[in-house]
Amino acid sequence: MNKKDIIICRCEDVSLEDLHNCLEEGYTTFEDIKRILRIGMGPCQGNTCGLLAQREIAKFLKLPLNQVEVHKVRPLITGVKLKAIVENTKHES
Amino acid sequence: MKASIVIIGGGISGVAIAYNLAKKGMKDIVVFDDNYMTGGATGRCGAGVRQQWGTKGNCIMAKMSVDFFEIAQEELRYHRDIEFKQEGYLIVATNKEEDEQFAKNVILQNSVGIPAKQLTLEEALEIVPHLNKDVVTSATFCNTDGHLNPFLMTDAYYHAAKRLGVKFFYNEKVTDIIVENNKITKVITKNYEVITNKVVNAAGGFSYEVGQLAGVELPVYSENHEILVTEPIEKIQGPMVISFSKNIYCQQVPHGSFIMGRSDSEVERGHDIGSTHKFLDEMAKTVVNLLPPLGDLRVIRQWGGSYNVSPDRQPIIGDTDQLEGYYLAVGFSGHGFMFAPMTGLLVSEVILGLPTTIDITDLHIDRFKNNETTEYEHSVV
Repeated sequence: MNKKDIIICRCEDVSLEDLHNCLEEGYTTFEDIKRILRIGMGPCQGNTCGLLAQREIAKFLKLPLNQVEVHKVRPLITGVKLKAIVENTKHES
Repeated sequence: MKASIVIIGGGISGVAIAYNLAKKGMKDIVVFDDNYMTGGATGRCGAGVRQQWGTKGNCIMAKMSVDFFEIAQEELRYHRDIEFKQEGYLIVATNKEEDEQFAKNVILQNSVGIPAKQLTLEEALEIVPHLNKDVVTSATFCNTDGHLNPFLMTDAYYHAAKRLGVKFFYNEKVTDIIVENNKITKVITKNYEVITNKVVNAAGGFSYEVGQLAGVELPVYSENHEILVTEPIEKIQGPMVISFSKNIYCQQVPHGSFIMGRSDSEVERGHDIGSTHKFLDEMAKTVVNLLPPLGDLRVIRQWGGSYNVSPDRQPIIGDTDQLEGYYLAVGFSGHGFMFAPMTGLLVSEVILGLPTTIDITDLHIDRFKNNETTEYEHSVV
C-alpha cells in the first residue's frame, strides 16, 4: 500500500509518508513531530496514533520500543463541553 | 568547542537572535536549550500577534514585528506554511473606564502607524456576531493583528539560521557560566565546554536562573499561565477576542480549534506549569459568558506555560553593566513570541555594536536603576 494512503493520525489526517518525511528531516521524538505535524493533537489525544508513531520512531532509530517515549498525556482525558463545566460547577460555593 | 557567542534558550527569541547575528555575518554562533524545540514558553503561548498596546515601547516593538511576519515566509525561505493570518484583534471594553482608556490607547497606536480604531458595540458585532451584547460596551480593532503558528515560526527561524551556519543543541542544559575578572570565559553544559566571551540570556521562564549562573541579578520572575484548546470546527470567528476586565483571550486558529487563556491573580511565582481545575472552571465560565455559542465546543486539552514577568511588563533588551559580554532578551511578560523579530534585530545590533533600529533606552535594564516611574503596561491578560 502507498505510504500516502496509510493514515497514522486520524484526527489530524497525518499519513505514514508525512511521518517518515519528518523523521528524515531530523525530528525524531514524539514531542518534536507533534509540533510539526499536529500528530496526537486531535480529539483522541494520541490514543490511536501514539503507539503507531512510537513503533515508527523505534524502527527509524533502531531502538527497542520501550526506549522511545510517547506523548505527554494532558487533561482532560476526554472531550468535555465547556457548558458542561459551567453547569456542573455553578452551584458550588 | 569555541564560539564567538553562546545563546542560552532556543525558543523564539533565541532563534531570532541567532538568525539576525548570522545574517549580519557573525560566525561560530552556538545555541543551547535544555528541552526540545519550543518545549518552553514559545510552544505554550496563545499564538496571537497584536499591536494594540498601552505603552509606546510595546506598540513600536509589535508594529515592526508584524511588518516582519508579513514577509517572514519568503525571507526565511521556509518550506512549510507559518500560518500567518491577519484577521485582527478585537479588544472589547466592558465598562466606561475601559472605554476611555481604549480611546487613549488608539491615539497612541495611531501615532506610531498602527491602524487600530475604536468601534461601537454594533460595529464590533459585525466583526464577531456571537459576542454577548449584554457584556460588551465598545471595542477597538486592528485588522493587521492576527495569528501565527509558534512551532513553525520557530522552526522557520531555526532552519534559516542553520543554513547560515548556526549550531543548535537542544536537550542540552547549560549548567554553568565561568566568569574570570568580570569577563565571561566559558559556558559549561551537560556534554560540552565552550570557550567564549559572549553570552545571550534568552532563557524565557528560566531567565533569572541563567542570570544567576553568571552572577547577573535580573528583576524578573516566572509564573504559570494556563490555556486550553477545543476541538476544531468550521470557521466562525476571524479575530482574536480579548477582554482585560473579563480576563480572557480567545481565538479560532486556522486549524479550526479555539485557543483561550486567562491569568490567575493568585498564582504563585515559580516554575510550575501544571494544569488546574480552577482554570478550567473559570475559563469555561468566562468564555461562555462573553462568547456564548462556544459552550458547545469540546475541550481537547489544557496546559500551562511560563510568563517571565518584568516590573513594568515590558521586555528587557540590551547589554548590562553588571557583566561585559552578557546580553539580555528577558522579561517579555507573556509577549515574547509576537515581539521576536524585533528582539532578534535589536539584540543583534547591540551585540555587534551597531546603531539600533529604534531607541532602546526604555527597554534597557538600566530603566529600573533609579526607581524612576517608567510606563506600565496595563493591556495584558
